Amino acid sequence: MTIALSRREFLKVSTALSGGLALEFWLPHTSASADGAAAIEVNAWIVIHPDDRVVIRIARSEMGQGTCTALAQLVAEELDCDWAKVSAEFASPNEHIRRNRIWGSMSTGGSQGVRSSQDYVRKAGASAREMLVAAAAAQWRVPAAECTAASGLISHGPTGRKLRYGEVVAAAAKLEPPRDVRLRDPADWKIAGKPLHRLDIPDKVLGKPVFAVDVKLPGMLHASIAQCPVFGGKVASVDARAALEMRGVKKVVRDENFVAVVADNWWRANEALKKVKLEWDEAGNGHVDSQSIAAMLREGLADPKLPQARKLGDTQAAFAAAAKLVEAEYQSPYLSHATMEPQTCTAWLKPDGFLEIWTATQNGEASMAAAAAASGLPLEKIEVHKMMLGGGFGRRGGPQDFVRQGVAIAQAMPGVPVKMMWSREEDMQHDFYRPASIVRMKAGLDARGRLIAMHTKIACPSIIKVLMPDAPIKDGIDFSAVRTFSDMPYDVANQQVDYAMRNGHVPVGFWRAPGQQNAYYRECFIDELAVAAGKDPVEFRLAMLKEGGKDRLVLEAVAKAAGWGSALPNGVHRGIAVADGFGSYAAMVAEVSVSAAGKPKVHRIVLAIDSGYVVNPDTCRAQAESNVAFGLGSILYQEINIKDGRVAESNFHDFPLPRIAEMPEVQTVLVPTGGFWGGHGEPAILPLTPAVCNGIYAATGKRIRSLPLKHHELRSA
Amino acid sequence: MLKLTVNGRTHTVDVEPEMPLLWVLRDHLDLPGTKYGCGIAACGACTVHVDGEPVRSCALPVSAAVDKKVVTIEGLSENGPNRIQEAWIEHEVPQCGYCQSGMTMSAAALLAKNPNPTDTDIDTAMTNLCRCGTYPRVKEAIHALARDYVAPAAKKA
Repeated sequence: MTIALSRREFLKVSTALSGGLALEFWLPHTSASADGAAAIEVNAWIVIHPDDRVVIRIARSEMGQGTCTALAQLVAEELDCDWAKVSAEFASPNEHIRRNRIWGSMSTGGSQGVRSSQDYVRKAGASAREMLVAAAAAQWRVPAAECTAASGLISHGPTGRKLRYGEVVAAAAKLEPPRDVRLRDPADWKIAGKPLHRLDIPDKVLGKPVFAVDVKLPGMLHASIAQCPVFGGKVASVDARAALEMRGVKKVVRDENFVAVVADNWWRANEALKKVKLEWDEAGNGHVDSQSIAAMLREGLADPKLPQARKLGDTQAAFAAAAKLVEAEYQSPYLSHATMEPQTCTAWLKPDGFLEIWTATQNGEASMAAAAAASGLPLEKIEVHKMMLGGGFGRRGGPQDFVRQGVAIAQAMPGVPVKMMWSREEDMQHDFYRPASIVRMKAGLDARGRLIAMHTKIACPSIIKVLMPDAPIKDGIDFSAVRTFSDMPYDVANQQVDYAMRNGHVPVGFWRAPGQQNAYYRECFIDELAVAAGKDPVEFRLAMLKEGGKDRLVLEAVAKAAGWGSALPNGVHRGIAVADGFGSYAAMVAEVSVSAAGKPKVHRIVLAIDSGYVVNPDTCRAQAESNVAFGLGSILYQEINIKDGRVAESNFHDFPLPRIAEMPEVQTVLVPTGGFWGGHGEPAILPLTPAVCNGIYAATGKRIRSLPLKHHELRSA
Repeated sequence: MLKLTVNGRTHTVDVEPEMPLLWVLRDHLDLPGTKYGCGIAACGACTVHVDGEPVRSCALPVSAAVDKKVVTIEGLSENGPNRIQEAWIEHEVPQCGYCQSGMTMSAAALLAKNPNPTDTDIDTAMTNLCRCGTYPRVKEAIHALARDYVAPAAKKA
C-alpha cells in the first residue's frame, strides 16, 4: 500500500516548500495514472483513477492489527468497487487539520479502529457509489433509479449500457453528496466479512522501507538519545568533549530532559553517546524501588476512605450472613511494551519554517499537537507522515515523547533532517509501563455455595492521571484501574469496589487492553470460589450469568469447542476464564502442563469471541494469536523492576519475549451475534492470564496470586 | 576502505572495522530492510546471510564480512518475491512486520539446509523474536513450503 508521503496534496506542498526535492520512496500509486491522467477525489475517503484503481484513505494507524485492510473493506463494500483494484493510504494529518478534522479520530487504541469509525466510513463508500451512479445516469439522461452499480461498473438495466467508475469519476466528484444513504445489511456483504489478504503485507515481506526507522532524506543525520535514568529527573551537567572528537559526530544536543548525539550514522551517534559524561538531577526519586512501590500500594489498600467504583447492596451485612468467606490478595508488576521497533522520530525544520515529521504514531493528530507544542509552530506549518508501526500496543498513542524529542533535535539542527532512534536499552527503560498493582478480594458464599457478596480493593496507578494530568477524573476513579470489577457481569447482589489511586514516579501508560490485570485477578479468584463452593468452574460461572448474555454465550461456546470435561493427555490440565472489554466478549480455555522440574507449558488455547460483526475473519484470528503471544511472556517471565529509582531491566536478555518453541496452538472460534461492533486488538488478552493460571492450579494445586510464574515453585511437593 | 559483496554487488565502504554490519547495510548501503531490534544478537531482526549462514548482523563487525557473500532481504527478492516470501504472503504471516525480514532470512537458511523440517527443527532454528505473535503462521508457512518441496530424486522420476 502507499503511505501518506504519496498524497497528491502533500506532494504539491512538499514540492513547493523544498524546491522540487525528490524524496526517496517508491513510486506512489496516487500521484498519477499510467497515462498521466490525474486521480480524482470523490470524497475525503475515496480517490478513483481514470483506470478504475481506487485509493481508500485510512485515518487510523497500522501496527499489524489489520485496520487498514478492514476499514478499506468496509468502504469498498459500500462503494462496490473491484477489490483487486483497491489500495490504501494514510490520510495526511496536516490536511486533516486544514479540512476541519474531516477524517474524524486518528487515534488508534482501545480496539477502536473498526468499531468507532465503521458507520462514517461505510457511509462515505455508499455516498460515493450514489454519486457515481448519478453521474452515469446524467450522462445517459436516464433516472438514477434505473441504474445499478457493482464491482466498479454502473449498468443501465433497460438498455444494458455500462460505464466504469473511472469513466464517470470526474463528473461524480462535482455532484452534491447525497444527504442520507442506506447501508448494506452485513448478511449481504461481498467484500467485508471475508478473509481477504491484508493490503500492507507484500511490502513488509519484501523488506520495503515502510517503517519510520527506514526513512531516508537527503543529507539526513542520525541521533541517539539518553534520558535521565531516574524518571522525572533532569540533565545536570554534560561533558561532551570526548564524544565530539569521535568520527562522524556532528553535534551534541542538550535538552532539559535528555542529551542527544547527532552523527552521520546511528551506530556512531550511539557509540559517541556512551562517551558523553552525564550527571543527572534525580529529582529526589533515586531511592524508589519495587519494595517501596509495593509499600505505597499497600498503604493505599489500608486507606479507610477510598472512593467506590461500584456499590451494590450491602457487602458487610452479606459477609456477616455468609456460610463461607474467602479472601485473597493478588498482584502483578510493571510491564514494558517492548515494541520491536524502538521509539523513533525523524524531524526536519526547513528553511522556510515548515516542520516535517516522519514517525511511528498511534495518533497522527496527537503527534501534530506534540510537534506544535514543542516547536511553537502553528499546526498549518507542520506535517506528520504516518509510517507503518513496528508494533504499538499502546506505547505510541497517548505519550508523544518521541515527537517532542525529535522536534527539539531538529530545532538544534535547523535545515537538516535528523532521524532519532532510541537504543533498545533506552526504550525499555523509558516506557510508559503497564501499572503494577495489588488487589484484595473478599467474597461470601451462602450455604448452597452461591456467591452472595464480593468486596474488592484495588491499589493501582492511574494511567489517565499520568498521561493527562489535567483531565478531570470523576470521583477519583480511573476506569482503566477498576474495570472488570466495576462492570462485572456476574449477578452478585452485594458488590463493592474501592479504588486507591497511588501513582508514584514511574510513568504508566496504555499497555494492550489497559486494566487487563483485573481480569487475571477476578477470574482466578472466581476459580478459587468455585473450588470453595465445590463446583465446576464453568457451572459456577454460568449460574451467575444471565440467559442470553454475551459473556454466557462465549463461555458456553469455548467450553464446547475445547471439550470442557473431556479427557486430556496425561499431565495436561485445563483452566478457563471469561471477560469482556473493548466492545467484545471473550472466553478462553488453556491447556497446560507442568514438568517434573516445575516448568510450565501452555499447549493449546481455545478462544471464543463475540465482536458483533467480523470484518476480516483472518485478521481477527491473527489478533487472537497476537494476544496470546503478547500475554504469554508476562505470565511466564516478564517484569519491570525498579531499583534506585530506575528500571533494572534493559534488553531482551532480562525482559525476554516468548520464542516460537513456546507458542501454543491457538484455536479461535468466532461467534459474532450481530447488533453491535466490538474490537479484536485487545479483548482476547483479557481471559488469557487467568485461564493459564487456573490451568496451573488444576495441574499443581498451587494458586498463582502473583506474576510472573518464574518466581513460583511449581514442582510437585 | 573495506570491500563488501552484498546481494551480488561489490561495495567499497570507508567505515570503522568494528562497526556492526547492520549499520553499514542500513546507513551506508541504503538497505534498510534489515532491522535493528536489540543490538545484542538476542532478537534476530537483523538476520542476514553471510556465506549462506544466518547471522545476526547487529553483533557482527563489518570486518568479519569482508571477502564473504552477504545476502539481505532485498537480495532475497531482487527478481520479485521468492517462494518463501510468496508463502509469507499466502499465509498472512506478518502483523506489524518489523521482525519479518529477519524471520524470513532465518527460514530461508533453514529450508536451504533442511527442506522438510519438523516442528522441533523449526523450534530450534527459528529463534527470532516476534512481539506480535506471528509464530503459528511462521510454522504453517514453513511446513507449507516443505510440503511443496520436490526432492531432486522425485523430480527425476
